[in-house]
Amino acid sequence: MNEEKTPSKLEKILRAGHLAVTSECGPPRGSEAGHITKKAEMIRNHVDAVNITDNQTSVTRLCSLAACIHLKMMGLEPVLQMVTRDRNRIAIQSDILGAASFDIFNILCLSGDHQSFGDNPKGQNVFDLDSMQLIQTVRHMRDEGKFLGGDSIERPPRMFVGAAANPFADPFEIRVPRLAKKIAAGVEFIQTQCIYNVEKFELWLKLARERGLTEKIFILAGVTPFKSVGMAKYMKNRVPGMDVPDELVKRMSGVAKEKQPEEGLQICVETIQRLKEQKGVRGFHIMAIEWEEKVPEIVERSGLYPRPNVN
Amino acid sequence: MRLQYPSGIRIICLPCTGKVDLLHLLHCFEKGADGVYVVGCLEGACQFNTGNLRARKRVALAQEILEKIGLGGDRVQMYNLSSSEAPRFVQIAEEMTQKILKLGPNPIKLARRKMAA
Amino acid sequence: MIVAKQKPIEEIIETLKGYNKILILGCNECVTVCEAGGKKEVAVLASALRMYFMNQGQEVKIEEATLERQCDHEYLEEIRKTVDQYDAVLSLACGVGVQFLAEKYMHTPILPGVDTCFMGVTEERGVWSERCQGCGQCILAWTAGICPVSRCAKRLLNGPCGGSSKGKCEINKEVPCAWQIIIDRLNELGRMEDYERLIPIKDWSTERAGGPRKVVREDVRS
Repeated sequence: MNEEKTPSKLEKILRAGHLAVTSECGPPRGSEAGHITKKAEMIRNHVDAVNITDNQTSVTRLCSLAACIHLKMMGLEPVLQMVTRDRNRIAIQSDILGAASFDIFNILCLSGDHQSFGDNPKGQNVFDLDSMQLIQTVRHMRDEGKFLGGDSIERPPRMFVGAAANPFADPFEIRVPRLAKKIAAGVEFIQTQCIYNVEKFELWLKLARERGLTEKIFILAGVTPFKSVGMAKYMKNRVPGMDVPDELVKRMSGVAKEKQPEEGLQICVETIQRLKEQKGVRGFHIMAIEWEEKVPEIVERSGLYPRPNVN
Repeated sequence: MRLQYPSGIRIICLPCTGKVDLLHLLHCFEKGADGVYVVGCLEGACQFNTGNLRARKRVALAQEILEKIGLGGDRVQMYNLSSSEAPRFVQIAEEMTQKILKLGPNPIKLARRKMAA
Repeated sequence: MIVAKQKPIEEIIETLKGYNKILILGCNECVTVCEAGGKKEVAVLASALRMYFMNQGQEVKIEEATLERQCDHEYLEEIRKTVDQYDAVLSLACGVGVQFLAEKYMHTPILPGVDTCFMGVTEERGVWSERCQGCGQCILAWTAGICPVSRCAKRLLNGPCGGSSKGKCEINKEVPCAWQIIIDRLNELGRMEDYERLIPIKDWSTERAGGPRKVVREDVRS
């Protein structure tokens, strides 16, 4: 797992054996780039790379690629999230080349939430490829230097290829086989769904370790701090594929309203500290939804600061 | 008991209201009936288990259609009673008659007469 | 079968405006089974429309007929001699029948009386659900006989996605997750190892993407 395949800083950090830290920024619902650069500025010294979501929850936003370019121009390391919901294989390959032309070196391959969740529920979806096939596509373009159609690519993309994994979705029995399948498709790093049920995550990780999967890829454990007990309940009851144990909801509701943000941060830091010790966890993906300003604090309190310098 | 009920009602006997078809209901109105009501056994007491429940759904659909085509959905109704409830039978007959009198004659009947004239 | 549902009567009335002699034409096949466009539905609609127009003071003649099928020449020919009597034909067949009629009878307006929905099954009387989207290249051999193209909201060939929860799809708790059914079947069949087989990128050119499709069998062709 030591041989670098791309100029990605995230890849370098992971291959050097450091615990990586990534975070994410959602682009604005308008064309004001300042929203995204401001968020990125808050976290630039505390994370190794920043994911830019791709029309998350199917709500139309400024495009992921353009936002990645803004970050790149600021000297940050973007992770281009790409969903297969909105693009066919022509658009996908074209956008990958576009990103590569700006030396965007990381991509996260996703299928994307169904459009019925977003602001255009009456729209078509594409799903020409699924997330596994998107992984295969990027690897094919990078490693073979070819388009899916077989023609050669001049200056192929050099992208470190990631995907998501949700250890908490059903059915649990295929969650590890599914990871194996993504690895077979060519994925190199994984960012997981937000982890609240730590025991279940550890079980998933143990099963992955037993199959030797954690030796083949870098798993970044996903965490999201609760801002309030309301958010904890929302995540528990409303977000598909999210597993929030009752104890955490109880813990959040056990403190006064003004102290709840601090309690949420504390839970997040405790989760990171516990998972740092787990073999197979190679970093953290901190998704502080509309709370990016707290990312530096989480990173520092979790003992993940300063970030390594690999260049 | 020899109870009296309004004379404008024509009774059509069926073995079970489950036999009532949507088409029967519509054809009544097409032929000029001012109102139609289906009287089934009490819910839960159908000899064929669900005949009266099916009838209720068909009446509901007939109401919807009559409403949409401008005849008024209230012209068709579903009632339930048991065979021993003669006073209730009379009460329903009077209630339905009052309702139809209020709604006025079936506009189809009038339109047909007008066209014939 | 092809599953269709009746159009709202007000929508049908709107499309029939201006026609004075209308034939409502049912179909004895799929739409009879799914109770959208068979003889019975023709009779109900005809009765309702007759009453509507009469109530409007319009003399509109509505007649009824139901053909064995509307997707074969021989049955559609049955109305050749009479079709010219009508200002319009309202077909209660699926979109296939409506179009075949329209292609055959150039001078008669042909209108649809149902919304054609999908290819599916009768789960129980009054409940129909989708099973096939006619992608032109069946993959059921690899997915335990359950189709992710028609039954997964994201058509994932390598599912399930992270939104599968307690056997249901993220889009609606009433919708079963196709991949949960596939996995349950693989378990029953003792073939869970098949799950890890990556289904390759699909050739969608045999689906809608490739334009209107055609099947030609030279050996049976006349």
